[in-house]
Amino acid sequence: MLNIINFTLNGENVEVAIDEKETLLDVLRNKCNMTSVKKGCEVGECGACTVLINGRAVDTCLYLAMWAKDKSILTVEGLMNKKTGELSKIQQAFITETAVQCGFCIPGIIMTAVEVLEYGRPFTRDELRKLISGHLCRCTGYENILNAIEKVMIEKYGLKK
Amino acid sequence: MYDIKSFYEAKNVEDAVEALQKDENAIIISGGTDVLVKVREGKDAGKSLVSIHEIEDLKGVEIDNDGTIFIKSATVFYDITNNDIIKKHIDFLGDACDEVGGPQIRNMGTIGGNICNGATSADSASSMQVLNAKAILKGPNGTREVNVVKDFYIGPGRTVKDRSEVCLGFKIEKKEYEGFKGSYLKYGKRKSMEIATLGCAVMLKLEDDNKTISDFKIAYAVAAPTPIRCPQTEQFAKGQDVTNEIFLKELANKAFSECNPRSSWRASKEFREQIIKELAKRATTKAYEKCVGKYKKEVSVTC
Repeated sequence: MLNIINFTLNGENVEVAIDEKETLLDVLRNKCNMTSVKKGCEVGECGACTVLINGRAVDTCLYLAMWAKDKSILTVEGLMNKKTGELSKIQQAFITETAVQCGFCIPGIIMTAVEVLEYGRPFTRDELRKLISGHLCRCTGYENILNAIEKVMIEKYGLKK
Repeated sequence: MYDIKSFYEAKNVEDAVEALQKDENAIIISGGTDVLVKVREGKDAGKSLVSIHEIEDLKGVEIDNDGTIFIKSATVFYDITNNDIIKKHIDFLGDACDEVGGPQIRNMGTIGGNICNGATSADSASSMQVLNAKAILKGPNGTREVNVVKDFYIGPGRTVKDRSEVCLGFKIEKKEYEGFKGSYLKYGKRKSMEIATLGCAVMLKLEDDNKTISDFKIAYAVAAPTPIRCPQTEQFAKGQDVTNEIFLKELANKAFSECNPRSSWRASKEFREQIIKELAKRATTKAYEKCVGKYKKEVSVTC
């Protein structure tokens, strides 16, 4: 059965007709064209489909689209400056630190990084490791990813490296 | 798309109970991190889902004037770990909730689901055991209170909770946590995204001399078909010197004698025997360190 739901996607109100059996992952990719949200394991283990729902990182493969009603969803598409087209600090840091290889896991990790940077306090390297442990990356070995997140964190809180 | 027959978003608990009662094929879904995986695997395919995901009344942690803590069932793990009441009184339950899956799962999965699944490997289960928590279940015939230690589990993955009942939350009385310090240790092969090979929760209360045990509670996950308490070990520990190495060794043997581990693809029975004994010692030591203020929190708690 089709249901019409409204939610905020990257700051804009959207109205979509969805089947109640659909995952938010499929709705975001196929109906909202948010192809930064990747379909990986589909059982909540790889983290490729991570988006922020009301500010919290969530695996959209295990999230029924019906639950998205009236929520605020943020994907990587919503991070860059819409007027200038400039990348956000965290996206730029991933490029500068060469944290991206094949790139499949990166949109998810970036969304977790956005959540982590909004916690209001800095974290140690070990804490960061734990905080991104819901993501699998088979290319980078995570070091440069951690470097990138750490870089933005150090800037944000004015820490010394 | 998920292979489900229908989906219903309940407006409140009564509505959910009614919907579950009406449809024999219906199962309850809250966080979805277990149910949707089972639907995908085919185990729960074709079921109707009754969702309690949006019921705000089922989220949060409260404390009464008499000190009774009430953890509502649809509270997600992250919110338990970071709740001030939990941090102040029963921090080890927060630590246990911080061991479940990965960060995203902890933003979605709920403690009600963790316990009501009846899994022996549930991270929060052994902590709930030592806290002697009572599950509040609401069904078509009213609300009932079930002791998680004595009456809740009836077999591997099975609990007394009827299909048409909704778990409202867990009640923890003040006498169960006042004066105690607790610890939870999880053994797994990986540090994250891991189901416990073994879990052990300990609560410890010391006399004024800071070493004689005045009260002791210990529970295990995956050491038997359901989460278990070890009552004889608890009796044995009272009055003993917690700093005594020989006591710790005896404690470990005693605890093992009350367990009934099995071989599974995660670990053999013999290996579990080793971990049961070792975790008893380490969890007790950790609780002792917390009692005397020596404990330093590490980031990665998995042994």
